[in-house]
Amino acid sequence: MYEATWLAYDPVIYSRLLTSMTLIFHIIFATIGVGVPIMIALAEWIGIKRNDPHYHLLARRWARGFVVTVAVGVVTGTAIGLQLSLLWPNFMKIAGQSIALPLFMETFAFFFEAIFLGIYLYTWDRFKSKMRHFLLLIPVVIGSSASALFITMVNAFMNAPRGFDVENGQLTNIQPLVAMFNPATPTKVAHVLLTAYLTSAFVLAGIAAFSMLRGKKHVYYKKALKLTMTSALVFAIGTAIVGDLSGKYLAEYQPEKLAAAEWHFETMENAPLILGGVLTEDNEVKYGLEIPYALSILAHGAPNSEVMGLEEFPEDEIPPLYIHYLFDSMVFIGMYLAVVSFLFVAASYFRRFNPYRRWLLRLILIGAPLSMVAIEVGWIFAEVGRQPWILRGYMKTAEGATTSGSVDVMLIVFALLYVVLAVTCLSVLRRLFRHYPAEEELKSDKWTGGGLDEL
Amino acid sequence: MSYEILGMTVLWIFLYGYLIVGSIDFGAGFFSFYSEIRGEKQTIQPIIERYLSPVWEVTNVFLVFFFVGIVGFFPDTAYYYGTALLIPGSIAIVLLAIRGSYYAFSNYGSKNNRFYLFLYGASGWLIPAALSTVLTISEGGFIEEQDGKVIFLWKELFTSPYSWSVVILALISVLYISAMFLSYYADRAQDKKAFEIVRRYALGWSMPTIMASLLVFFSIRYHNLEHFRNMLDISWMFVLSFLFFIAALYLLWIRKHLGWAFIFVMLQFAFAFFGYGKSHLPYILYPYLNIQDSFTNETMAISLIVAFILGLCLLIPSLYLLMRLFLFDAKYVQGKKG
Ligand code: HDD
Ligand code: HEM
Ligand code: HEM
Repeated sequence: MYEATWLAYDPVIYSRLLTSMTLIFHIIFATIGVGVPIMIALAEWIGIKRNDPHYHLLARRWARGFVVTVAVGVVTGTAIGLQLSLLWPNFMKIAGQSIALPLFMETFAFFFEAIFLGIYLYTWDRFKSKMRHFLLLIPVVIGSSASALFITMVNAFMNAPRGFDVENGQLTNIQPLVAMFNPATPTKVAHVLLTAYLTSAFVLAGIAAFSMLRGKKHVYYKKALKLTMTSALVFAIGTAIVGDLSGKYLAEYQPEKLAAAEWHFETMENAPLILGGVLTEDNEVKYGLEIPYALSILAHGAPNSEVMGLEEFPEDEIPPLYIHYLFDSMVFIGMYLAVVSFLFVAASYFRRFNPYRRWLLRLILIGAPLSMVAIEVGWIFAEVGRQPWILRGYMKTAEGATTSGSVDVMLIVFALLYVVLAVTCLSVLRRLFRHYPAEEELKSDKWTGGGLDEL
Repeated sequence: MSYEILGMTVLWIFLYGYLIVGSIDFGAGFFSFYSEIRGEKQTIQPIIERYLSPVWEVTNVFLVFFFVGIVGFFPDTAYYYGTALLIPGSIAIVLLAIRGSYYAFSNYGSKNNRFYLFLYGASGWLIPAALSTVLTISEGGFIEEQDGKVIFLWKELFTSPYSWSVVILALISVLYISAMFLSYYADRAQDKKAFEIVRRYALGWSMPTIMASLLVFFSIRYHNLEHFRNMLDISWMFVLSFLFFIAALYLLWIRKHLGWAFIFVMLQFAFAFFGYGKSHLPYILYPYLNIQDSFTNETMAISLIVAFILGLCLLIPSLYLLMRLFLFDAKYVQGKKG
């Protein structure tokens, strides 16, 4: 019987949409949750070492905004955690048997982080030694980065499943540690962590740049920029290096993802890298910028090496080709962030240049949302590039989904929820900082006495 | 003890932990809002805030621990419950999301926003009711497997007296547990005025709690006779639970030893909750899932248990530190510190 497929309800499509939506929303707050504790720790540490109250205030104000984002991170994380079982019950049945260990360890990391975050936030003035308060932040840093580590291991497993055998449809010979330390784990974990740090540094830098662009001149903002931009440069270089290694991982273990990302149809040596462009109906690339040998270098580190093309894969196992644009955007933003942070650091190093010029501040400000965009497109590239598999080589996405009849309604419900959360979160954050600007806070008793000269 | 019993016990302990800390938390949110309407806010808000602020995120992790753990130890639960619970589960997620985020918005951002206070007070109070339907469903009769498809029987759930009795118990006992804890906390804070108010709440909700418990006890008889018989076999647990209830109430009445009173409340719920859990076994979902057949492979079980023990070595000292700083530190509780 004929059915108009575009009208028919398909739980798989709605499950994918709902999962994507929740993850895209969660990842914003998760990234901040992973990266910002490091920046707070750096600021507080410098504040103690140099006995500089400006850095203490930075730590305090960042922490204040951080709690609000953590709250949204926690609730959306709880949502995705439950949704995995609700929307992908068949997948979770397999995952439960093979990759439950890091998922379980993640909850301990959350626990650890949550406990010390609670303590940290409410003990600013409780201890005589400032060092002791700083030490309470270390478990928060470890806990949040460890949650990213463990959850990324689960995602790595989906890309390169290892540590089990399949006999008559049953999983046997399960090795949880092999599953955790699969081939995708090293590059994926390193890249996710570094990009979370990079993005957080840029978001905080963007806030300081924004204040300066609006005419604020206090040295407080300059110190904020110096700290965040220097860290960002380090993280940006790390990101590019690990990004390159991720490409080599793909070439070896998920060549179809790399080939789709690069519109690389025929297996060949001396493969060029294509930037941008459009694809014609018969898969010709037009208007693209071709960089000779670059794809061979990205894939194997040598200009003449052979890179597998899409022709080698069955048609129904090729991911959507639009991921090309996602990959290009991510790499472009990566370069942009590295260049901007380099310019700032170089300008402040050579004292003759003024690093607080308006155009440079503007570039930094733009970098903040761009870095978040890079996180999003990076994830979408990685996830869509794995399609049609949910567990590469073992289970297709469609087989993992629920059969429930009401996923479409839930999609609407959650869309509304996220809109409401996003709007309130933004307005609360704005009010938090607008009503109590840093200058005012610096004037209060607590902060005077540390040599604060208004500039 | 076999691995599956060990795994289930661990998970049940965490669910019990969530029952207690979650109830304190959700009830306190409800009282916050209630006291605002009644104009008693200035009196009891400070103690509620002092306790809640540092711990709210920890509460949530107890729940996360349970649902991540159960998929790890008993992967088949994901299949049955996952398919059936899409709607009730999503409602619970939405409530949790509203409660958690608006709590933070209201405490760190807009302190005096009445609407935010209402949102987190009301959503928190409904969370236990939403989550308790999972326990109801586990009694069987609400899920059917037809042609390899899991089907959730909505109508049965909505028209079952048993299901409603569980919801009522959840709604009431949250307020009772929370008020009992706040009485202890206010007493430690030596805040006489606040103490009298929360004591009144606790006394007020005590009788309804015990009535609702009895209602559940008897309505399960008509829903799942086998479970009811199992419960009678270990009826001493429920009797003990009732005795602890009387003891706690007595101490509150004479306004003495409120720490012990709260410990008795915890024991009251511990005996009832573990009695319920024990008599529920071996079923996780009557009659489809039992703990033996749905258990994960042995390798994963052992590695989860090892991870659990290592995790506890990390958590117990940390939790102890948290309690020492915010619960047992008399100066902090009295608002003279931090
Ligand atoms: C600020 C964010 C950001 C930036 C600037 C970059 N990336 Fe990235 N990238 C991510 C954020 C990200 C990510 C969100 O973290 C991803 C998604 C999934 C993952 O494992 O990491 C990712 C995945 C990812 C993958 C796929 C890995 C996989 O699917 O297993 C490759 C090959 C690269 N990246 C390569 C690069 C290169 C060569 C970059 C050049 C500088 C780069 N990335 C910059
Ligand atoms: C399938 C994907 C994911 C699942 C199932 C998941 C699950 C969760 C859960 C359950 C929480 C709440 C924990 C609590 O109650 O404290 C949470 C929060 C968090 N998640 Fe996710 N998460 C996912 C993706 C990610 C990714 C990719 C990252 C990091 C790159 C991440 C980092 C965090 C962090 C740091 C928190 C703590 C909240 C905060 O500090 O902001 N998560 N996540
Ligand atoms: C561990 C269990 C996970 C499951 C079951 C899962 C499953 C899926 C599925 C089925 C999709 C839809 C793909 C499509 O529409 O083409 C998707 C998309 C996505 N996932 Fe994953 N994933 C998991 C882990 C993660 C993690 C850890 C992240 C990191 C945050 C993540 C980020 C994303 C993103 C951003 C998308 C959007 C892609 C799009 O728009 O299509 N996923 N995921």
